[in-house]
Amino acid sequence: MLELFFLFMIIAAGTGGELCVSHAMKAVGEVHDFRPSELVRFVLRAIRVGWMWIGIAMMTVAFFSLLAMLSIENVSFVVPVTALSYAAGAIGAMLFLHERISRQRWLGVVIVCAGVTLVWLSRR
Amino acid sequence: MKDSPGLHLKTYILILFMVLFAPLGNVLLSKGMKGVGSANNWELGDLLHILVSVLSSGYIWMGIACLLAFFVAYMLVLTWADYSYVQPASSFSYAVVAVLSYFLLGEAVPPLRWAGILVICVGVFIVGHTHPRTTEKA
Repeated sequence: MLELFFLFMIIAAGTGGELCVSHAMKAVGEVHDFRPSELVRFVLRAIRVGWMWIGIAMMTVAFFSLLAMLSIENVSFVVPVTALSYAAGAIGAMLFLHERISRQRWLGVVIVCAGVTLVWLSRR
Repeated sequence: MKDSPGLHLKTYILILFMVLFAPLGNVLLSKGMKGVGSANNWELGDLLHILVSVLSSGYIWMGIACLLAFFVAYMLVLTWADYSYVQPASSFSYAVVAVLSYFLLGEAVPPLRWAGILVICVGVFIVGHTHPRTTEKA
């Protein structure tokens, strides 16, 4: 049961964090100039966006949940099951970022979920 | 992306870094966390003790360093290569983590898990072959 809770936290907080960072990056704008001074300006712009901090906080929660999960289960089980984040990411991107998810991408997500099911069934 | 042999070599090297460093980082984190152990109860003192053990574990810091190396390689390669080219390549890391866990940690990886990992790789590969941008450019 604890494993399910940590898995949920890894996927929900990790995907939520990535969506928040993605949302923040879209607000900051695309990088065209890769000179160090421009990159520093870019980072300074990024850290002024509130969504960035929410994203970082959620990704920190996901990281500590991953550590907790690794203390309970084998890494060859934990890392593959976190591929469920592809499904969470597709749903989250559609709902929160209003991205259009193609049929091919949904097919990939369904196949990932089938793979995760097989890995879950291999649990001792 | 300009089609030059140098650029291809640079891309392959960085993708190789990504596919090695992310699984290696996770395997090191796993090794560190197996040494720390899991929380028996959720009291503040117990959690603080675990946090101190985590932060003083060499394996955890090596794992974090590997994950940072992966992140730097990922960011660098994305500055010239397409996301749709890089992302499917990262699917191999699911297989690499199983191989490393078998050889470095001595984990038993049952055939059903290998099958599941293979299916996940195929799924991620298909996701990666979709168009990387579905919204209008701002």
